[in-house]
Amino acid sequence: MVKVNGDEMNIAGMTVAQYLDTTSYDIARIAVERNGDIVFKAEYETTVIEDNDSLEVVSFVGGG
Amino acid sequence: MIPSREEWMAALRERHGAELAEKFGQTTVAVCGLGGLGSNIAISLARAGVGKLILIDFDEVDITNLHRQQYKANQIGIPKPLAICENLSEIAPYVETVPIIAKVTEENLEELLGEADIICEAFDKAEAKAMLVNGVLEKFPDKYLVSGSGMAGIGSPNMIKTRKVMKKFYLSGDEVSDVAMAIGLVAPRVMLCAAHEALTVLRIIAGEFDV
Repeated sequence: MVKVNGDEMNIAGMTVAQYLDTTSYDIARIAVERNGDIVFKAEYETTVIEDNDSLEVVSFVGGG
Repeated sequence: MIPSREEWMAALRERHGAELAEKFGQTTVAVCGLGGLGSNIAISLARAGVGKLILIDFDEVDITNLHRQQYKANQIGIPKPLAICENLSEIAPYVETVPIIAKVTEENLEELLGEADIICEAFDKAEAKAMLVNGVLEKFPDKYLVSGSGMAGIGSPNMIKTRKVMKKFYLSGDEVSDVAMAIGLVAPRVMLCAAHEALTVLRIIAGEFDV
């Protein structure tokens, strides 16, 4: 299982881009962390999520 | 009568202790965006005695900014980096300031932020926040980054929090109150988030890395 923002999800084997496609996240407003490190935007297509990974999607909102 | 630099530094050492005052004074912080978040962050850090502030915004002070941003009615039309430097020179005359009138982009962020020890994200637009956070984490893995997201509306002040997302990336705000969905931004709630960011910066300088 993969932990995504604290929830267990069955997404091992998907790329970060494939997982994001299943969500409503706006790619232009997020940063993705995997096992404590940033996933570079250019590597969403090639980064494969592995079993026991911990993923966090930080989604920014407007205002400042 | 403005106190001398020696008097000013002595007062900071008396308040913060010599060790902390020295650490604050040796640090360079970049504040990206000088609106409600950035203008308040800059003033807090200058008051605390942070040595050097790189202050970046492409915009000018507008009448619609004055309900929450630390500018004055007679500064409308002035580029924000120049206006905040003018205000800082009156509040904390010995902080070193580097005003930069520019839009931070993926292309120029390395050049603009290379000198900073700690970077504060204080933009207004979600896309700009995400661009800066991704860019800094990719290009400057050794720098500390403090970002703000979610402070619109008049929701409970107690929803504004700071968490450590990664080893060197902190995020302040309630993370949900989008300016597009709420009543807009009010000074005290934006100031709360700005205070979280500024205090997080001071804690990082002091070596207090947990939240």
